[in-house]
Amino acid sequence: MNEYRADIISTVEFNHTGELLATGDKGGRVVIFQREQESKNQVHRRGEYNVYSTFQSHEPEFDYLKSLEIEEKINKIRWLPQQNAAYFLLSTNDKTVKLWKVSERDKRPEGYNLKDEEGRLRDPATITTLRVPVLRPMDLMVEATPRRVFANAHTYHINSISVNSDYETYMSADDLRINLWNFEITNQSFNIVDIKPANMEELTEVITAAEFHPHHCNSFVYSSSKGTIRLCDMRASALCDRHSKFFEEPEDPSNRSFFSEIISSISDVKFSHSGRYIMTRDYLTVKVWDLNMENRPIETYQVHDYLRSKLCSLYENDCIFDKFECVWNGSDSVIMTGSYNNFFRMFDRNTKRDVTLEASRENSKPRAILKPRKVCVGGKRRKDEISVDSLDFSKKILHTAWHPSENIIAVAATNNLYIFQDKVN
Amino acid sequence: MFARGLKRKSAEDGEDVEGGLAGTQATPSYSLQRQSLLDMSLVKLQLCHMLVEPNLCRSVLIANTVRQIQEEMTQDGTWRVVAPQAAGRAPLDRLVSTEILCRSVREQEGERPAPDVGDGRMPGLVPGLSAVPSAQALRSPQSSLWEVDSSRENRGGFQKSLDQIFETLESKTPGSVEELFSDVDSSYYDLDAVLTGMVGSTQSGHGSGLQAFTSAATPPPGSSCRSDLGELDHAVEILVET
Repeated sequence: MNEYRADIISTVEFNHTGELLATGDKGGRVVIFQREQESKNQVHRRGEYNVYSTFQSHEPEFDYLKSLEIEEKINKIRWLPQQNAAYFLLSTNDKTVKLWKVSERDKRPEGYNLKDEEGRLRDPATITTLRVPVLRPMDLMVEATPRRVFANAHTYHINSISVNSDYETYMSADDLRINLWNFEITNQSFNIVDIKPANMEELTEVITAAEFHPHHCNSFVYSSSKGTIRLCDMRASALCDRHSKFFEEPEDPSNRSFFSEIISSISDVKFSHSGRYIMTRDYLTVKVWDLNMENRPIETYQVHDYLRSKLCSLYENDCIFDKFECVWNGSDSVIMTGSYNNFFRMFDRNTKRDVTLEASRENSKPRAILKPRKVCVGGKRRKDEISVDSLDFSKKILHTAWHPSENIIAVAATNNLYIFQDKVN
Repeated sequence: MFARGLKRKSAEDGEDVEGGLAGTQATPSYSLQRQSLLDMSLVKLQLCHMLVEPNLCRSVLIANTVRQIQEEMTQDGTWRVVAPQAAGRAPLDRLVSTEILCRSVREQEGERPAPDVGDGRMPGLVPGLSAVPSAQALRSPQSSLWEVDSSRENRGGFQKSLDQIFETLESKTPGSVEELFSDVDSSYYDLDAVLTGMVGSTQSGHGSGLQAFTSAATPPPGSSCRSDLGELDHAVEILVET
C-alpha cells in the first residue's frame, strides 16, 4: 500500500456545535463537511454530513538554511467557537499555523456603474445615468480565506495546537517548546515551555502533545515521550518550565523490557469536557487521570494488549511509533481510540464495557449496524474472530472525533472518512 | 548484580526466561537477541538521519533504547567480554547466528532472507524508503583488536557517537551525515538478512529483561571518556563491533 498518497487523512475535528466536521490531509488540504438540516418531511433521515468547503491550507516548502523540505501535511485542526456568521479554524503543518475564515456568500452586488455584468470596464462616455448597485441572490458559495499566518516560531515539528478558553489566545507545541499566541498578532509569540537542553547531546525526552484546560484559561497540560504529564499554570511565571502538577504512573517492574519506555510514550492528551480529568493514550493503553491525583491514573483501558508479545516486530517495522489519538464523548462517559486493521475501540467508563468495531467498506453499508469485532489471542479461533497474526498493520486508525453532544463519530481510516451515528441508545 | 529470582520476560510470548543468577552473564541466546536489537536500533538511528527531516521523538526513543542496552551490557560485563570472543571471529558469523535464531519462524513463512548487496533497501523498516546511499551505511568492524585493548574507550566512543547523532540532528547539515558514517563495507548489508529474519517472528523470544534497579537513572558510563576518542572513524568501528 502506498503510504504517501496525498489524500491520507491526518486530522479530524468537529466544531463546537457539531454542525461542521473538518478533515486535514497529507497533501495540505482541508475538507469541511456540514450536517444537513433535518427536514420535517423526512423524519427518518438523520442529518447527514456533506462536503461544505475544500481548500488548500498549506503548501510544501523548502527550508533553504537547512536544506530540508517542510511537509504540507496538516497535523492538527482546531475550531474557534463561532462568534458571527463566519466560521474560523486553525490549521497547522510542521512549522506554520494558519487561521482560516470560512464564510458563505449567497448574494452578490449587481448594477455597477463603471463595470458591466462580466466585470469589464465600461466606456465612461456611455454612462449617462447613475444607479445604486443592489444585492441579488446567487448560488451559495463557500469561501475560505487565510486571515492570519503564524510562522517562523518553531524550530521543531508542531504536534499540537489548542485554543484557549479566553478565545483570544492559543498555543502551539513542538517537540521541545510551547508558544503562546494572540490571534491578532502574527509577528511574535511568547515561549511558555522550553525543555531543550543546553547541550542537545543530553536530550532524552520530548513534548508529544499539549492542550489548554477547557475552562481555566491559565492552565494547560503537556505530555512527554517518557509517559509523563505536566500541568502548568501560566500565572506562576512567564516561562512555565516548572510544573504545578506532575502525573506519572510508577513502572511495573515485572513488565519491564527494552521497549517499556517507547510504549509508555504518550501520543495524545485530552481534557475531559468537564475539565476534571485528562485522558492519555500510549501505545497499548488509554488512561484516565484525575487532576487531583498525580501518582497514578484512576482508570486504565487495554486497547490491544495482544500486541505486547509482538513489540520487537512492531519496533522493527516502526509501528511501535504510531501515534494514536483518543477522544471523549460529549458527556465524558465513553472514550474512543483507534487500533490496527481499521479497528477502533470504545470504552464505557460507567459500565466498564468495551467494544471493538471496524471501519471498512465491506462492513459498512449505509444504515447498517456495525458488528462488534474480536481479536483471537490464542487457542481456537472462532468463526468471526480474527487472529493477531492476520491483523493488517498498515490499516491504522490514528484519528477519530466525537460529536460534542450527540452520538456521532468520525473515524479516519487512511484516506477514507467514516461517519457513524447512533441508531438507538 | 541481578536480584535473585527476578524474572525476565521475553518480549515475544511472555515466556519467562530465568535470569536470576547473580553475577553471571546472560544466556547466549539472550545476548545475541539483545545484540540484534542494538544493531537494528543503530541502523534505525542512522536511517532517521537520512530522512528529510528526522522525527525527533522517534530518534530520541530509539537512542534511549540503545542507551539502555548499552547500560545493561556494561553491567553484564558483556560490553567488555564480547571482545575476546569476537577476536578471531568474522563479524559475519555473529550476524549469521542471529539469523539462525530466527530461522524456525522464517521457514514457516517460506522466505529466505536474501542479503541485498547494492540495494540498501530494508524490508520491514520504514516503508517506501528509497535505497540507502552507500556513503551512509555503517562500516563493518575492521579490527577486533581495537576492542580488546580499549573497552573503556569503546563506551566513550559509543556515547560520543550517540551524542554526535543528536548534534547532527540539531545542526542538520547534510555534510555532517556523510562525515559520521562514511566508508561503507558492503558486508554490512548482510544485516538485512538478520532484520528480515525478524519480521513477523513471534517466537524468536527477543530478550527483554532488564534488571530492576534503575539503569535509566545512572548517568551513561564512559561519559567522562568522551574526550578520549577524537576520531570519528574509530567511533563508528566501535559502534558496530559492540
